[in-house]
Amino acid sequence: MSEIIVITSGKGGVGKTTTTANIGVGLAMRGNRVALIDTDTGLRNLDLLLGLENRIMYDLVDVTSGRVKFNKALVRHKKYDTLYLLPTSQVKDKSAVNPEQLVELCKEMQKDFDFIIIDCPAGIEQGFKTAIAAADCAIVVTMPEISAVRDADKIIGELGRADKENIKLIVNRIRPQMVENGDMLDMEDINEILSIDCIGQVPDDEMVVTATNRGEPVIAMKDSTAGKAYKNIVGRLCGERIPFYKPPKEGFFAKLKKLFGMF
Amino acid sequence: MLDIIMKVFGKAEKKSGKIAKERLQVVLIHDRASVSPEIMEQLKNDIIAVISKYMVINKNDMEISLANDDESVALVANIPVNSLRHKI
Ligand SMILES: Nc1ncnc2c1ncn2[C@@H]1O[C@H](COP(=O)(O)OP(=O)(O)OP(=O)(O)O)[C@@H](O)[C@H]1O
Ligand SMILES: [Mg+2]
Repeated sequence: MSEIIVITSGKGGVGKTTTTANIGVGLAMRGNRVALIDTDTGLRNLDLLLGLENRIMYDLVDVTSGRVKFNKALVRHKKYDTLYLLPTSQVKDKSAVNPEQLVELCKEMQKDFDFIIIDCPAGIEQGFKTAIAAADCAIVVTMPEISAVRDADKIIGELGRADKENIKLIVNRIRPQMVENGDMLDMEDINEILSIDCIGQVPDDEMVVTATNRGEPVIAMKDSTAGKAYKNIVGRLCGERIPFYKPPKEGFFAKLKKLFGMF
Repeated sequence: MLDIIMKVFGKAEKKSGKIAKERLQVVLIHDRASVSPEIMEQLKNDIIAVISKYMVINKNDMEISLANDDESVALVANIPVNSLRHKI
């Protein structure tokens, strides 16, 4: 029986798809059988982040509408051979898949996978409702920015109304220098505001962009700080206790140092 | 110069991270308390049902609303009572 995790956010562009790809690769690197389902119908992206865009034959709508069995539509990763992608349709819209169909599909897929990870579209409309329907666990991705945190709170409320109790938080695109200067919300602030367990904070990292350019998630890159953060998240998802890094906030001493530009 | 001294001793203007946190805390109190009109209507009907066990009330003139001030939210009800019911 697999664990079904949905990656969601409310606000768009905060890093859901990036998170899905990295967690998927991370879990597969540990030998887990992983299926990633892209439910952002009409805006297919996950295939690009994984470098699988040229191998797609069928998509999610082909499966839910009964045209093909799910295993025909799954695309196996070249490098991590226990990782599979079920791509979304690029031509249909969000109403093409309903919650019952996704629940049914996940139930069918469960015996073949240790993890099923669902990449959710932005917003709280039908696409969101479909994406969360099958999940036992929801990961809410947000950014240290006032509107993204507000939207995350909204999503957490919606998840509660849908009886999803297992909710975890990832704060993406933290800039430690800004946190240190007191000019950015940090993980602890956001944790306190949203009262949701945090399973990771990911720094803003240029290597996320270069990794995306190559179609190879950043978690596979040795020198990336974001990659390291994703490795920790995967570890925590697997039940390991990994301490959080705490960027120091600016104190009196730091101010003094800066003022005199000395040490 | 005074400005620099103030900065050193941390008395200068609030850092934007702290401002963001405080603004969020307030706006979320309001967001979380906003209730859809359907739920408000259900709440009103439930309140009528409960109070009617004890009192005869004027349903048409009653008002129920959520009042927000800066830090808190209150449920405010104004329910005109016509008469009390003795023994149910
Ligand atoms: N930690 C990071 N550091 C730098 N860039 C990042 C980071 N995380 C995400 N990005 C960039 O932010 C952009 C949006 O990311 P992504 O597509 O994963 O967001 P999304 O939440 O899936 O968006 P949508 O709501 O449109 O589906 C991408 O260009 C991605 O490369
Ligand atoms: Mg996306």
